[in-house]
Amino acid sequence: MASSIRVRATSNGDITEVQALIQHPMDTGLVKNPAGELIPAHYIQQLKFECNGKDVFAADWGTAVSKDPYVKFSFKGAKKGDELKISWTDNKGASDTTTAKIA
Amino acid sequence: MTTTTGPLATRRLILQGAACVAVLGLGNLPFAAAPARAAANDKYPEEAFKQKNEADAIKALYGKTAEPSDKVKLDAPEIAENGGVVPVSVTTTLDKVTSISFFVAENPFALAASYKIADGTLPGVANRLKMAKTSNLVAIVEADGKLYSATKEVKVTVGGCGG
Repeated sequence: MASSIRVRATSNGDITEVQALIQHPMDTGLVKNPAGELIPAHYIQQLKFECNGKDVFAADWGTAVSKDPYVKFSFKGAKKGDELKISWTDNKGASDTTTAKIA
Repeated sequence: MTTTTGPLATRRLILQGAACVAVLGLGNLPFAAAPARAAANDKYPEEAFKQKNEADAIKALYGKTAEPSDKVKLDAPEIAENGGVVPVSVTTTLDKVTSISFFVAENPFALAASYKIADGTLPGVANRLKMAKTSNLVAIVEADGKLYSATKEVKVTVGGCGG
């Protein structure tokens, strides 16, 4: 199965810019389906970015993050070709991990 | 380690509690406060995400209050046509930023997202949030143990939380 995470990490001198797009329903638990039943909450709670064995960025998310979440940040101390590891876990215990090479 | 440590664990909790009180009592001692924060870092802040009110959520997450600062730049649209996807970003010129959080005052649960900024990571983040209706959007930046905030009203024409 294709990964739920799409990452683009581009190095620009000392600074690496990371953009990540994750496929996830991010259901709030407040919305009803057409049959009038509540759709149970299903959302990513934690997201982590590691590079060279070091946590560079971590997110705690609630239900107010949009469906198919997007996040962008930059960090220093990595170079082209280094691997960036991205992982998330949601409130149902599901998780996914992927690695991306910094370009 | 599991069954016999009951009283010991309790004692440890009490000691930890005392340590926390001591740290709070001493006020702005960043060195003393740092380990406590690091320990809490990996845990999902369940309680903070359950708070309906923005002030309660800030308190549950950070345990202190924020002061407005023009060094925190919050970028969000004046009018969001789709409350389900509101692009929001924060940048700051503050030093020693350790975390950035987003709150939407009128959402069912105020805290939307909280980011931990590691050493060497630039203090800025962009993401997309849901907004139930027209509301104040608050960004909190934690820098050097203090909280700074920026607020902006975003008008929402279609809500992002159904109904």
